Amino acid sequence: MTHIYTKKVLAHFKHPHNMGRIAKPDGVGRVGNPKCGDVMWLYLKIGKNKQGKEIIKDVKFETFGCVAAIATSSMITDLVKGKTIEYALGVTKEKIVKGLGGLPPIKIHCSLLATDALHEAIYNYLKKQGLRVPAQLAKTHERIVKETKVAERIGEHLGEHLH
Amino acid sequence: MTIYLDNAATTAVDPRVLKAMQPYFSKHFGNASSLHGFGQRARAALEDAREKVAALIDSKPEEIIFTSGGTESNNLAIKGLAWAHPNKKHIIISAIEHHAVMEPCEWLRKHGYDITVLPVDSYGLVDPKAVERAIRPDTLMVSIMHANNEIGTIEPIERIGAICRAKDVFFHTDAVQSFGKIPIDVDAMHIDLLSASSHKIHGPKGVGCLYVRKGISLVPLAHGGGHERGLRSGTENVAGIVGFGEAAAIAKKEMAADAKRLTALRDRLIKETLKIQDSWLNGHPRQRLPGNANFGFRYIEGEALVLQLDMHGIAVSTGSACSSKSLEPSHVLLALGLRHEEAHGSLRVSLGKFNTRADIDALLKVLPQTVERLREISPFKRKYK
Ligand SMILES: Cc1ncc(COP(=O)(O)O)c(C=O)c1O
Ligand code: FES
Repeated sequence: MTHIYTKKVLAHFKHPHNMGRIAKPDGVGRVGNPKCGDVMWLYLKIGKNKQGKEIIKDVKFETFGCVAAIATSSMITDLVKGKTIEYALGVTKEKIVKGLGGLPPIKIHCSLLATDALHEAIYNYLKKQGLRVPAQLAKTHERIVKETKVAERIGEHLGEHLH
Repeated sequence: MTIYLDNAATTAVDPRVLKAMQPYFSKHFGNASSLHGFGQRARAALEDAREKVAALIDSKPEEIIFTSGGTESNNLAIKGLAWAHPNKKHIIISAIEHHAVMEPCEWLRKHGYDITVLPVDSYGLVDPKAVERAIRPDTLMVSIMHANNEIGTIEPIERIGAICRAKDVFFHTDAVQSFGKIPIDVDAMHIDLLSASSHKIHGPKGVGCLYVRKGISLVPLAHGGGHERGLRSGTENVAGIVGFGEAAAIAKKEMAADAKRLTALRDRLIKETLKIQDSWLNGHPRQRLPGNANFGFRYIEGEALVLQLDMHGIAVSTGSACSSKSLEPSHVLLALGLRHEEAHGSLRVSLGKFNTRADIDALLKVLPQTVERLREISPFKRKYK
């Protein structure tokens, strides 16, 4: 049967990798998708490799969103776990989409949620440590804050009851 | 094993319907306009089907125009009436109409028409008094659906029809979801135009009809050989229409018993599902289609839920933004006053005559754990746990 989603997307969706949260994270990224109101939170634990470079020792996510959002969340954690921060910042949404064997065109924006959450988590870590934030990352952060406000307006009433 | 619980989208063709259609492909394949025996045989079958469809809504057979389905019927009713009465340029609809009513009206709006979109209450009900207040001297028609395809709410069309009749305004109703499911009487309900579709009542796809009260003039969408009293040119889909007729005849016989059985199944499903924490019912608790249940689940997203259930072999649907082409949640759920994210986690379960108690049990067995699983992935669960 042909499906709108690839086998890889469905596999990640069915058994998401690195789902959940990290108790005392070194960095947290909380982002919302201004288009559909979906939300992703990503947690990081940072360590150092033998060369003394900072690496992502552990990563976990929580996602309120569609099939593509959950699959891309799972995929990005696979792509960056154990990698340097420098490498992680270079992971594009194109790379995620490619890793999943493609996404339906209307779902491409869902993968941006994953890269944004990762960038926010790294930004959060660098700020907390008082480390230098690369100019590009600072710019990304500004955009995300704006967009997440829109998404939060959409999602701010979660938990209130109806009828 | 797969369990189909998406009968509001479409239904399986009843084997009896298929059997009735079969001879009209290769044996009685004539063109109903031909004078020879082949043609006359097809003509007779067509008129027989017309009587069966008419009988289901208490109309005269000659008031039934066969079309390609609900979408075409709605377009013919709305645009056809507008073109035939160019002096009146105001139309009233509800906020929860199907796209096949919304979009023809949107198109007319671009061509100088004024469209009033009436709100609904939190159950999806249109207030007949609001219809009355919205009617103006230049109002051409009111188009309010009989039952909603997403939430199953049944509108008070009898009262709306009476108001339209008193105010001398045409009344059209999209009865695609209610036709063959609950009783319809075009005279008692003061209906001038009514759309119905075959594939929602276990007939074939691509066939439907528009009921046009005697004496109402419409301009056709397609001009040609003048079939269907000049309102729908094109050689008739005889086999399809025969199937539609058979499906209507079966519905007439079995509707009451089916409705009773499905209502009991539906209410059991609703009662059990609402035991899941942070869930609610969308639509009216009682004034709803026998086979429709629509739920909201907080903290999760509908597309993910539908796909999880599909992996368990259960076919259902959602009004979530993520599954739509526009990334906007269902306009029906938003019209109820649901917030964006509440519309996000919606699940529609629509039962049909072939569903059994075992199907509902199978759904109830996996639904709580599926919702729970998705909530585990969601960042919002903790906030309110
Ligand atoms: C309320 C309503 N109106 C119209 C339609 C369109 O009918 P059809 O698929 O026959 O064009 C549908 C079904 O999709 C419907 O549920
Ligand atoms: S993240 Fe909302 S549609 Fe995919």
